[in-house]
Amino acid sequence: MNILKTDGITMRFGGVIAVNNLGIEINEHEIVALIGPNGAGKTTAFNMITGVYTPTSGRVLYTDTDNKEINITGKKPSAIAKLGVARTFQNIRLFKDLSVYENVLIAKHLHLKSDFLSAALHLPHYMKEEQRAEEDVRELLEKVNLWDLKDEKASSLPYGQQRELEIVRALATKPRLLLLDEPAAGMNPKETEELTSFISQIRQDYNLTIFMIEHHMDLVMEISDRIYVLDFGQTIASGNPLAIQNNEKVIAAYLGVEEDA
Amino acid sequence: MANKRNLLLTIIAIAALFALAWYINFESDSYTRRIVNLCLVYAIIGLSMNLTNGFTGQFSLGQAGFMAIGAYTVGIFTVPVAYREAVFYAAPMNPYIANIELPLWLALLVGGLLAALVAFLIGTPVLRLRGDYLAVATLGFSEIIRIVITNAQTITNGALGIKDIPPLNDVRYIFAVTCIVFIFITALINSSYGRAFKAIREDEIAAEAMGIDLFKHKCMAFMLSAFFAGIGGGLYGALLGTVDPKNFLFTLTYNFLLIIVLGGMGSITGSMLGAILVTAGLEFLRVFDEPLELFGTAIPLFRPGFRMVIFSVLLMMLVLYWRHGIMGTREFSWDKAIAFCKNPFTFFKKKGGQKA
Repeated sequence: MNILKTDGITMRFGGVIAVNNLGIEINEHEIVALIGPNGAGKTTAFNMITGVYTPTSGRVLYTDTDNKEINITGKKPSAIAKLGVARTFQNIRLFKDLSVYENVLIAKHLHLKSDFLSAALHLPHYMKEEQRAEEDVRELLEKVNLWDLKDEKASSLPYGQQRELEIVRALATKPRLLLLDEPAAGMNPKETEELTSFISQIRQDYNLTIFMIEHHMDLVMEISDRIYVLDFGQTIASGNPLAIQNNEKVIAAYLGVEEDA
Repeated sequence: MANKRNLLLTIIAIAALFALAWYINFESDSYTRRIVNLCLVYAIIGLSMNLTNGFTGQFSLGQAGFMAIGAYTVGIFTVPVAYREAVFYAAPMNPYIANIELPLWLALLVGGLLAALVAFLIGTPVLRLRGDYLAVATLGFSEIIRIVITNAQTITNGALGIKDIPPLNDVRYIFAVTCIVFIFITALINSSYGRAFKAIREDEIAAEAMGIDLFKHKCMAFMLSAFFAGIGGGLYGALLGTVDPKNFLFTLTYNFLLIIVLGGMGSITGSMLGAILVTAGLEFLRVFDEPLELFGTAIPLFRPGFRMVIFSVLLMMLVLYWRHGIMGTREFSWDKAIAFCKNPFTFFKKKGGQKA
């Protein structure tokens, strides 16, 4: 049962084809990785899925909880987030000047049913929603040991914890599909290892499907169920980690072929 | 415990300030009353502007236009019907509205709602712009509002302005409105919607990815801002007793920009403080406008207008050395105030790192 399917999406920026005819299928509860050399179009693919860019052609299809396939091509990022697709960013995008607590609490806003007036007047039904959101956030933050730091400014956290906080913030939107854009970028081997187990853990705990871009091959090979490889906007290979490791095209894309050397 | 104490302290403070307003209302001369009233009205408009510029991070310069809508609504609907013929001597008032007279509070509300409606109409195209472009577009629209008002002769009396608005000089009334606006905005900013506004200010792309509909929330902030600016403008008109298109030139907006920059973009208490400092400060600087003779010679600089030079220099210093204003994005809090009272010396030492 797939949760996300891209039907030949293409993104053209002027004369440059950043992503060409990309077809990805992600099944429920899978961890799928998207790899490829720099400039291959991985983040562009993410941006098309999350609505930041509207693909030049092709469709993005998402299957909701009622097993209904919805065409989310070109929808607003906020609408896509509401459907249950959350993401993190390659270069961390926290709300820097806000506290750790506020950062996560903001992600609860999309489930709020009260209108602004009942919120401003602190009417009982709003306060109930607020309280529930606060409890959820507390639970999440306690789980990742960030609760003690809840009043710190997000930008004052060490790098690794900022990455973690970004993932927690995405989790607070209660996603079904989580897109991680280079979650281990800039991490040392020990941090990467912790992240690997953290990702498997949250998939288990929140029944998530995870789609990630990553350059740390040990992480990718360890937890991915399937891998797609992009190069110059083209999908050059896809399959399980073992098959990818031995794929000649992939090796060529990463290391270069002999004639080029 | 601490929350209850803070709430109690806030109530006591508001009660004390209200008592002060009462005292000023009956015991002070009209000049003082006027300045206090102006401080309060400017505080309302400063707060409203901070909602878009400070909290939502959208640099809008349309406040003068929204104020004009509020002020004119008050002007049009509160002038007693009997006086209207005399006020509209150049062209008679439009018969549809000539006999409608509203009490001040209702006229304020209608003015606010009209301003919000106009904000919605303007916001739909304009809020897609960012940064400087948004500033220029809102500035332009504020001028358009003023020019429309100038030319709607039978409704607004055109360039002649509306005189004989029943003057409002009651400090208690204006104080009460300011209080309501202050409490409402504080509660809104501390709610989920306020957090969404701040998220947009911090990072639009991340906010959107977290499910915050950018356009809806920007529009909401913009309309609320216009609503309160309309109310503030209405009070301003009632305070002056007359409205005139020239009162609402785009330069008026800069007063409020100054207030929120000085007080701190994104701080409610900062806006209040900024409003008081700017309004009272401008009055205080009036000595520079008067001729000064030292040792028998007149100092040539001291002439009308010189205080604005001083003011501008002070402003430049502020922007250069104290960019975040007095409060930055912080708020006054009782906890900090109590910590300060207990030990004023260690208070600043501990916070020294953060303040820099």
